[in-house]
Amino acid sequence: MSRRLRRLTPYLFLVPGGLWLILFFVVPMVVMASVSLQEGSLETGFRLTWNFGIYPQVIADASTQFVRSIAYALVVTVVTIAIGYPIAYTIAFRGGRAKNILLLLVILPFFTAFIIRTLAWKLILADNGFVLGTLKDLGLLAPSEHVLATPLAVISGLTYNFLPFMVLPLYVALEKIDPHLIEAATDLYASRRQAFLRVTLPLSMPGLFAGSLLVFIPSIGDFINAEILGSRDTTMIGNVIQRLFLETNAYPEASALGFVLMAAVLVLVALYARIVGAEELTQG
Amino acid sequence: MTASGRSNGSPVEQRRRPLGARLSSMVLPVFTAVAVIYLFLPIAVMVVFSFNDPLGRQNITWQGFTIDNYLDVWRRRDITGPMLNSLIVAVVATIGATILGTLIGLALTRYQFRGRRPLNLLIYVPMATPEVILGASLLAMWISIGVQRGLGTIIIAHIMFTISFVVVTVRARISGFNRSLEEAAMDLGADEVTTFRKVTLPLIFPGILAAALLAFALSIDDYVVSSFVAGQTTTFPLWVFGASRFGVPPEVNVLGTLIFVVAFVFIAAQILWGRRREAVEKAFAAEAPR
Repeated sequence: MSRRLRRLTPYLFLVPGGLWLILFFVVPMVVMASVSLQEGSLETGFRLTWNFGIYPQVIADASTQFVRSIAYALVVTVVTIAIGYPIAYTIAFRGGRAKNILLLLVILPFFTAFIIRTLAWKLILADNGFVLGTLKDLGLLAPSEHVLATPLAVISGLTYNFLPFMVLPLYVALEKIDPHLIEAATDLYASRRQAFLRVTLPLSMPGLFAGSLLVFIPSIGDFINAEILGSRDTTMIGNVIQRLFLETNAYPEASALGFVLMAAVLVLVALYARIVGAEELTQG
Repeated sequence: MTASGRSNGSPVEQRRRPLGARLSSMVLPVFTAVAVIYLFLPIAVMVVFSFNDPLGRQNITWQGFTIDNYLDVWRRRDITGPMLNSLIVAVVATIGATILGTLIGLALTRYQFRGRRPLNLLIYVPMATPEVILGASLLAMWISIGVQRGLGTIIIAHIMFTISFVVVTVRARISGFNRSLEEAAMDLGADEVTTFRKVTLPLIFPGILAAALLAFALSIDDYVVSSFVAGQTTTFPLWVFGASRFGVPPEVNVLGTLIFVVAFVFIAAQILWGRRREAVEKAFAAEAPR
């Protein structure tokens, strides 16, 4: 191969995939930005009028759903950490030879369709389904109690569906930790709690960071869980965007909301990265 | 990930400890066991209700055991049609994304070039974008230029959102292997193409396979992006969601169960294969002179 050709090789490798991402990710974003500044209707057509006023308007209209989505996503992130960390820890440090099998057990449920899983939860959480029904029969719960159509149902669904995104990066981070480091800490008279807080936890931060993002981002934009398990009072921003786009054909409003959501996610992610010091974490 | 030099269970744990400590050491395994049961709960519901014999359209209360659903499902054109669409999309998107993503992964790990930072951004930002925005922006574009939506636009979208995952997976595998093997092949007179075919490709193949499996799983399961770009075409998740408003027939559970079983076999095979590879690599490492 000639030297010139060799210098071109990386670009030959990059161009097809890079072009795909530019054409079908970057360009649509630009188009969406331009659509958000248009006015009109499906019948009369849309014209670009640089209508920046649409932004404050859609934010005001959808502020409830925005705040709700952020709150739900934060709760889901915290709960997945609370459930996922002990799981990842147990597999990484106590899994022994069964590590891979245990990890497989954690991931396996997620190879069924997202929709079918969520519908199954609807069945499980049904008012007289097998969880609530049993509790009611035992007299532990009032007959009128329900979970479906409440924030609890939506948050449970989101937590379940995104849990593996927390467990996997946490496991990868924890598995890398040399157990001798923890032993060294306890040899030097650290209590188990101290050894955990000062050795294990800091070393698992990259996993915690990645996991939190991988859970928070899909949670904040999700609309399936709110649609299947929720009610009118649990609508999230994703539901609003989807409805404006696909049902009412209000493309400018939908595009503007999409942009605000994107901006909100980027700001929150940057803020979070700032707090936990992502510079250090991602350079590992 | 090397497993060498790791002791299973620290010496502290092997010593006899008081009952309280032994009980507290049970907390984590018990928690994990309960968590696994929790994770499998909806799967159990899905499998059980695939054998249900419902009276009406609603498959939500247990009526009786039957295997008819498994025999009928192949005659339900309304379900197998969307399933076929999903499979076509997933296969084409997986092949496309795996090729494009692997090439980027190779370029990133083996070559020096300008523009690394913008490229990284181009790969990571789609992963950090909520799916609803990926779908909405594509829809905005297709509407603006007046493209008819269907199988083609679904495949384009699926390749787009799976490329990044392929790049990340393949890159992790490539950066883990020893370049000296390639150099050895070149020293022994192999040209670049031969070296790639006989040395590099076999070494990174498990990474490519893992990436392809991930892409397939992401594609066949996708509802959000597809719901925006599908037009009149229906994929399996889209069909199930539409049907859920009137009652999901047990045949959906049948297909869900079958997908689950196939995924299980694939992953189990991959893990077994990985074990064998590890054993072979270990044996080679033991033979190699220090």
